[in-house]
Amino acid sequence: MRFSALRVLREGLTGNKGWTPHWRDPQPKAEYDAIIIGGGGHGLSTAYYLAKEHGLTNVAVLEKGYIGGGNVGRNTTIVRANYGLPGNSEFYSHSLKLWEGLEEDLNYNVMHSQRGQLMLCHSDGQRDAFARRGNQMIAQGDDAELLDREGVRRLVPYLDFDNTRFPIYGGLMHARGGTARHDAVAWGYARGADQRGVDLIQQCEVTGIDIENGVVKGVQTTRGAIRAKKVGVVVAGRSSQVAAMAGMRLPIESHVLQAFVTEGLKPVIDHVISFGMGHFYISQSDKGGLVFGGDLDFYSSYASRGNLPMAEHVMEAGMTLMPMIGKAKVLRSWGGIMDMTPDGSPIIDKTETEGLFLNCGWCYGGFKAVPGSGNSFAHLMATGNHHAPAAKYRLDRFRTGVDLMDEEATGSQHNLH
Amino acid sequence: MRIDCPLCGARDRREFYYQGAAVALNRPAPDAGVEAWDDYVHLRDNPAGETRDLWHHEAGCGAWLVVTRDTVSHAVSRVELATDVKGAMA
Repeated sequence: MRFSALRVLREGLTGNKGWTPHWRDPQPKAEYDAIIIGGGGHGLSTAYYLAKEHGLTNVAVLEKGYIGGGNVGRNTTIVRANYGLPGNSEFYSHSLKLWEGLEEDLNYNVMHSQRGQLMLCHSDGQRDAFARRGNQMIAQGDDAELLDREGVRRLVPYLDFDNTRFPIYGGLMHARGGTARHDAVAWGYARGADQRGVDLIQQCEVTGIDIENGVVKGVQTTRGAIRAKKVGVVVAGRSSQVAAMAGMRLPIESHVLQAFVTEGLKPVIDHVISFGMGHFYISQSDKGGLVFGGDLDFYSSYASRGNLPMAEHVMEAGMTLMPMIGKAKVLRSWGGIMDMTPDGSPIIDKTETEGLFLNCGWCYGGFKAVPGSGNSFAHLMATGNHHAPAAKYRLDRFRTGVDLMDEEATGSQHNLH
Repeated sequence: MRIDCPLCGARDRREFYYQGAAVALNRPAPDAGVEAWDDYVHLRDNPAGETRDLWHHEAGCGAWLVVTRDTVSHAVSRVELATDVKGAMA
């Protein structure tokens, strides 16, 4: 089934009776060439690129819940490539380029909207840092424009420019940044993988990883044992639990990140805006809800819900930045489990077990990485070689101290990102 | 979430700063080697369930606490002074 304007028109005129399910609901086979544990955005895109770019179609994605039910369906949907450090810089640049061709590639409307991401600065030092960051982004081949106060005011006149504590000095505009419809990204990749023969097996929890003489042989699941030549672990906040099945301890602590959405409003916020003096970022969904978030709650948690202090902080930061949103009613909030690494950067690597691969540590920034992560992880799983854009996402960088990617320069240890 | 500080009584979570897993109490010897130090600084059990971590009563008495709590329910089951825990380990 292909989507096209003609098809939508025809279905509209004939009662929308011709649409079919986007993917099958297959029984697990006894053996696959490759198994992906985790049917989130990263796992689905990995399966998609394994099939599309490496011809590996005897692949299963095992999902404990349902497709799109995890963090890929619960995030603030921001897509950007504004990183500075080698390793992150080329990776997110690669991922953004994949985003730009994603809808045609998947034949699926993921509502990718390059509405521009505006990061605000509130001091001379921060402005200098943004000038440097902008130059790093341009040097990488991406876009950035440093705006002065009046430049920001022209774009977003509704901010509180005269705030005495946090006056707005300017901003860094990343015009190719924006948002996408998060569920559609999961569905588009799922459909694309399924069409190429990948089995998407939902309600199938992995309970063990079979390893013989240092070589992976398959997995145990709630739907029986499944053999596989290669196994990729892509389970975000649950990485430590699944890695433990293979006898590994990871440099990861799981934390909760909250996000919030208001009732639907008329179009009011055209860009993605991030406040520079409190962790707060906001955009408006196509349905009209203001979608915004802040920082981690800053203690390890698997609760999928946060506590009041951070919720209050986020609201306060929002009110400080744009008092006009004060009367909007918050419709709901939610908390996702983030796999935090000591340096705040991810891991895409092999493990000491032959055939077992690891993709984790996306911290609170995994959504924008979905295309790039799957693309690079598929390359690693299929060829055994690191993919150039993700070659620095090594698991052993913490042990060796080589090529740590501490983007925030706070130190490479837990609890600082 | 409230934490029952042994010195100050039950206080709001906002008074406390989370310092990370209580593994920090088991600092290896300086010459213990790369593996031991990697394990100490970076690798974590990261349990979904009962965990022990260090909190600093930053806006209170300033004590370091070992808090036993559940990472799934956020229930706090035990709070001890880090000095007592460290003393018992010696």
